[in-house]
Amino acid sequence: MTKLADPAALEAWRAALAAEDGHDRPTLTVCGGTGCRVYGSERVCAALQAESARRGADLTVKVTGCHGFCERGPLVVSHPQRRMFTRVKPEDARELVSAAVDGGPVADRLLYTDPQTGARIPIETDVPFYKHQRRLVLDLNGALDPLRLDDYVAAGGYAALAKALATMTPEDVIATVKASGLRGRGGAGFPTGVKWETCRRQPGDVKYVICNADEGDPGAYMDRSIMEGNPHRVLEGMLIGAYAIGARQGFVYIRNEYPLAVKHLRAAIAQAEARGLLGENILGTGFSFRVSVRLGSGAFVCGEETALMASIEGRVGEPRPRPPYPVEAGLWGKPTNINNVKSWAAVPLIIANGAEWYAALGTPTSKGTLIFSVVGKINNTGLVEVPLGISLRRLIFDIGGGIPNGKQFKAAQIGGPSGGCIPAEHLDTPIDYESLAALGAIVGSGGLVVADEDTCMVDFARYFMQFTQEESCGKCVPCRVGTKAMLATLERICAGQGEPGDVDYLFELGETIKRSSLCGLGQTAPNPVLSTLRHFRAEYDAHILHKTCPARVCKGLITYRILPEKCTGCMVCLRNCAVGAIHGAKQQVHSIDPAVCTRCGLCQSLCKFDAVVVN
Amino acid sequence: MIQLTIDDQLVTAAEGRTLLEACRENGIAVPTLCHHPALRPYGGCRLCVVEVAQPPRPARLAAACAYPCEPGLVVRTNSEAVQRSRRLTAELLLAGAYRSPEMWALARSLGVTQVRFQLPEAESCVLCGLCVRACQEIVGVSAISLIRRGMAKQVSPPFEIASAACIGCGTCVLICPTGVLHLEDVIGYRSAHPGGVGSEREYCQVCSDLDLSPHFVETPEALLAEARRLSPAPADPAGVSQD
Repeated sequence: MTKLADPAALEAWRAALAAEDGHDRPTLTVCGGTGCRVYGSERVCAALQAESARRGADLTVKVTGCHGFCERGPLVVSHPQRRMFTRVKPEDARELVSAAVDGGPVADRLLYTDPQTGARIPIETDVPFYKHQRRLVLDLNGALDPLRLDDYVAAGGYAALAKALATMTPEDVIATVKASGLRGRGGAGFPTGVKWETCRRQPGDVKYVICNADEGDPGAYMDRSIMEGNPHRVLEGMLIGAYAIGARQGFVYIRNEYPLAVKHLRAAIAQAEARGLLGENILGTGFSFRVSVRLGSGAFVCGEETALMASIEGRVGEPRPRPPYPVEAGLWGKPTNINNVKSWAAVPLIIANGAEWYAALGTPTSKGTLIFSVVGKINNTGLVEVPLGISLRRLIFDIGGGIPNGKQFKAAQIGGPSGGCIPAEHLDTPIDYESLAALGAIVGSGGLVVADEDTCMVDFARYFMQFTQEESCGKCVPCRVGTKAMLATLERICAGQGEPGDVDYLFELGETIKRSSLCGLGQTAPNPVLSTLRHFRAEYDAHILHKTCPARVCKGLITYRILPEKCTGCMVCLRNCAVGAIHGAKQQVHSIDPAVCTRCGLCQSLCKFDAVVVN
Repeated sequence: MIQLTIDDQLVTAAEGRTLLEACRENGIAVPTLCHHPALRPYGGCRLCVVEVAQPPRPARLAAACAYPCEPGLVVRTNSEAVQRSRRLTAELLLAGAYRSPEMWALARSLGVTQVRFQLPEAESCVLCGLCVRACQEIVGVSAISLIRRGMAKQVSPPFEIASAACIGCGTCVLICPTGVLHLEDVIGYRSAHPGGVGSEREYCQVCSDLDLSPHFVETPEALLAEARRLSPAPADPAGVSQD
């Protein structure tokens, strides 16, 4: 494989790929994201390939990155028609290959059915989950084989790099990124172009760029999916950034729990190096840049930039006070520019299409698109990209398909354990940095957890507090001991031992921890508690003052009881109770001993007569 | 020289000075715990927080020990917000050290009168890291470090294996601020860490290779003399002290 001598060689390669035999052959793309793989998409792909070979079909079967609609996986899409097949099994291979090759019919169960209207929607782009999105960064995720550089180049890959290197000065690149309004997608929302400019202006020859891929929020997998599905776009963004800043060395800090993303990223680096898109004298322009992968061991705090740098340096992953900021004195004391995966991945699009194109999306202060992983009590679990400024209602109901089992929406935790919850009365709030901050939440990195009427908001806050408490590095006192004090208070409240002063104590702890902690972990850790206190104070009062859990979740505050008028004495609950808390005999009304019962809820889920109730 | 405002007073500080140094040079008291003038700033105890503002940006709390003096900075060292933060932080420190009279004295001086949250084991180590940093930055041997994270964090030799790097200098003990850690803690079974005071002759549980008698020695000189008398190789403090 020869290195590309100049930008013209890249374009010649692209033209050759477009003229290649079979480039427009019918294709089946199989989602190869971690979620669909868990559902068996690798076996689906093997079956499709075998069937295609058996028929001698003129068909390409390709494993791609995450398509996004994880709820319906494994997903297969036929191109160019974009017919979408959901929950595909290996035994569906014959139907799918026939559909792709001759446009043959497929069973209804493989098609998406709109739960509201009951209508079958065969074409991917008509499915509401996709129709209301604006997929820019994720646009190629379902189309590319992430292990083939050819695919990325054929789709326009590295054209933005060539454009930047051949026709723009570093200052031009920075001016374009500034004009695009791109803000850091790791959560803090600092203007990306301003950060680059500050780093560029620092004295010294040695500068570094880092891609922060230490995604760790519970339920968040945006960064993982981008790196799994389109690793070259992240590298292209880093290359453009390094050119603008004046860096020759970059690092991707990625957690070891993301093996597929690590594999794809490493493959992409090797391919780009082989083609002269990374390394010395890139595209013959004299610009040189290398990227190294550094694996994190899963400490949440290492997503904090100073802790991340300490970890790369081989020291304990603990934050240090800022200033100096990384752009002034970062990795090994050198000016260092850190951006999140999503920020880097947006850069090639901005350079290729122009700042105005990107800035046309969003609100006056929040431009472009945001990527969310939408999880929890929601119909369409998945990966979603929407323009900033979209309302939470549209995100959850139009795209997310609403709440399962006809339950009521209660709140959405946005920004993960560092963010806050947004209750139903604020569903029409536009999702942008300022509006969410005003509600005590943050845009965050993109985790969105939906809670329904069966979710206890005190328990919900306790869960996130437990997460941050366990992930606190322990260096500073407010975060180490303060989060422990908050968690202990919440645990007492959930156990029915809350006291009248607890809410004031939680407020006092929360406000102080936010203001006085050393790093972003502690400074945001109280947010889930403070925001649930703000929007769901009545639930706290019910736990503390009335010793009841309105959502019937907190085990210390509920009892299971059998309704004598409904119990048929069928013995099912009695036989299945793991602790022997249920007494009775055949065809006699059963009863539960509350002293023995562990409130696991198994009896209720097994009872066919709705005889088990929670008080 | 840098000009900034501390407590409505125009102050001049040399380039590279921290806010804490500028405050102390100008007679403004700021409480500290994890700070030591001979060690690099750590920013862990958060007792030295002050309000800093670079107008027109709003004020925020920052650790004075680690914050460099910047031109035009407006600093408040004793505002209501600062006092509130220090009081609660001191109370949280006491959660794990409520048996320490020194910690109580520090907390009382900041207005703390009660401890609303107590950890089950009051080990009195407040994880200020002074012993570890002194061992690394002053003594230069890094025989101990902070291991694990969060509530499980503790002072230990690397990989919790006896550290032949320890020279038995006692610096870790002398710099310990909680007052619960005495020389006997390092020499005896208890060492810098939880456990009971041991018997006649015990290995240090921090460095594990120093065989000294457990009786109390007050000064570094006395310690060195004691070490010379008792401890031959492998860790001969006398040899090191003469380097």
